[in-house]
Amino acid sequence: MAALSERISTSTMQTIRRTPKTTFDPVFRWASCASAVLVLLVLAGILGSMVYGGWPAFREFGFGFVTSSVWNVGKEEFGAWVAIAGTLTSALIALVIGVPISIGIAIFLTQLCPPWLKRPVSTTVELLAAVPSIIYGMWGLFVFAPLFARYVQMPVSSLVEGMPILGTVLYARVPSGVGLLTAGIILAIMIIPFIASITRDILDQIPTILRESAYGIGCTTWEVVRHVLLPQAGVSIIGAIMLGLGRALGETMAVTFVIGNANRLSLSLFDPSSTIASRIANEFNEASDLHFNALLALGCILFLVTFTVLVLARLLIARMRTR
Amino acid sequence: MMNEASRTVPMTTGPAWGRVRPGRRIADRTLKIVCTVFTALGAFVLGWILLMLIWEGGSALSLDVFTQVTPGPGTEGGGIANAIVGSFILTLLGIAVATPVGVLAGTYLAEYGRGSKLAEAIRFVNDILLAAPSILIGLFVYTLMVPPLGGYSGWAGGVALAIIAVPVIVRTTEDMLRLVPGSLREAGAALGAPMSTVIVRISWRAARAGMVTGILLATARIAGETAPLLFTALNNNFWFSPNLMGGVSNLPVMIYQFALAPYENWRSLAWAGALVITLSILALSIAARLLLKKDHVR
Repeated sequence: MAALSERISTSTMQTIRRTPKTTFDPVFRWASCASAVLVLLVLAGILGSMVYGGWPAFREFGFGFVTSSVWNVGKEEFGAWVAIAGTLTSALIALVIGVPISIGIAIFLTQLCPPWLKRPVSTTVELLAAVPSIIYGMWGLFVFAPLFARYVQMPVSSLVEGMPILGTVLYARVPSGVGLLTAGIILAIMIIPFIASITRDILDQIPTILRESAYGIGCTTWEVVRHVLLPQAGVSIIGAIMLGLGRALGETMAVTFVIGNANRLSLSLFDPSSTIASRIANEFNEASDLHFNALLALGCILFLVTFTVLVLARLLIARMRTR
Repeated sequence: MMNEASRTVPMTTGPAWGRVRPGRRIADRTLKIVCTVFTALGAFVLGWILLMLIWEGGSALSLDVFTQVTPGPGTEGGGIANAIVGSFILTLLGIAVATPVGVLAGTYLAEYGRGSKLAEAIRFVNDILLAAPSILIGLFVYTLMVPPLGGYSGWAGGVALAIIAVPVIVRTTEDMLRLVPGSLREAGAALGAPMSTVIVRISWRAARAGMVTGILLATARIAGETAPLLFTALNNNFWFSPNLMGGVSNLPVMIYQFALAPYENWRSLAWAGALVITLSILALSIAARLLLKKDHVR
């Protein structure tokens, strides 16, 4: 800092003295304010374009657009339920798998990790977040799905065949490896870095004195986590989870690769399905007229769902910061 | 960013184990083992994906990959040079549009708008945009630019990427400017400098490394984006033409189309492309982290 202030006193002061009032000042102020407002306009524009483009589909099918599971391009009948259900189910699977692992990683990084290992491990976890989603899709389709079909789907299917509930939920008619559960697993891998790094930051913000006093009265690490850290950070961790949920709901490319893109409703987790994002990605370039409007209406639903989730997440995380 | 204090708690802190009830000991041991296994699992998956990429992509790499254009369906040979150049140009275009907007908006939030309701709202919206599904941004830019301009275009692709990059730059710029101590600004103001001069000459200069990090991270983010390009720049199989009014070939969409195609040659080119893009993005992210680390040490 010393070097910095010295530089200012020698080089900038002269110029500053010579220019007491510039026309640059209001222009700069105006430009930065305009850029900031542009951010607001972009969000408004996204919502506006979805509502405007999707309106014909909503008008044509009414509320049935959400509840109908018929998606027939030839007959121009469009119902979003299969895609909505696929989006929600795959995101739910991702959370069920991803949340415990993420919180485990965060606890490891903040409580258990020896100092020398901290940086490499957190770098690795954060690099996982930087890998583009299409790579996860390729890995899922060409590497993970064949293994999953062979070592999980086939044995499980033959085991549960004929059983009352499991026989429906975990039975694969065609054990190809792609399907709802595979998509959920890939999504889990993708959201783990996000949830883990936010949770780690939240745990790091908890005053050390709380932790130390708990250790001081003889608590074990488990007790410190259970009775000090989680109650302190609970709401914010839920916020972090919802941020991950937002990602899982809107993820496109990885899901498009591994979900199988089926249009019919199936109760089995092993069967192909589709999500809102994967359907838009698949059909958008061939769509016209009402089909096109229906896809934008799907986009509108996705926007509203993720927007709600993200707003809630931000509010929950902000509670921790202001405290 | 490790908290200074948390590092001082030794990992062996705990009660004298001899007098601890077995139930508590088991719960503690279980937690430690489970957390360690989960972390190992995360590292293992990254390693698996990287090894697979290097295995599949590395065997597809050759000089042709970087010098030839994408081959037609079912033909042999060819490369992905047009996709690499196209991706490079689209990313550059996106960052060139996003940098001034993002830096200025971040400056507004940190310097001018402190405490104002408008800044509060914009910060919130920016955080939402940061996590918004990129496919929706693609749809928005499609309705905004593709039919009005008469078709898929490189310009639309650049704008879509810029919209994804802006929130990243806004966020890091604001965070970094907030770290600049107020006394520096006061010193500038005391010399009679107008606010813009104080910001440009003092705040920006002090936060420079962090701001560049934000731009690098934004570049890494948009370089691998596929969904928004599907509806905007699309793709073509020809050599890049300087005319951005047409579709522009780019790596992510090329990978998407080639990986799902039934041709062995296309598939191996898709792996080569995946390797190239992942290594570039990892290099960018690591460069960004190193830059920030250096800044913090100072």
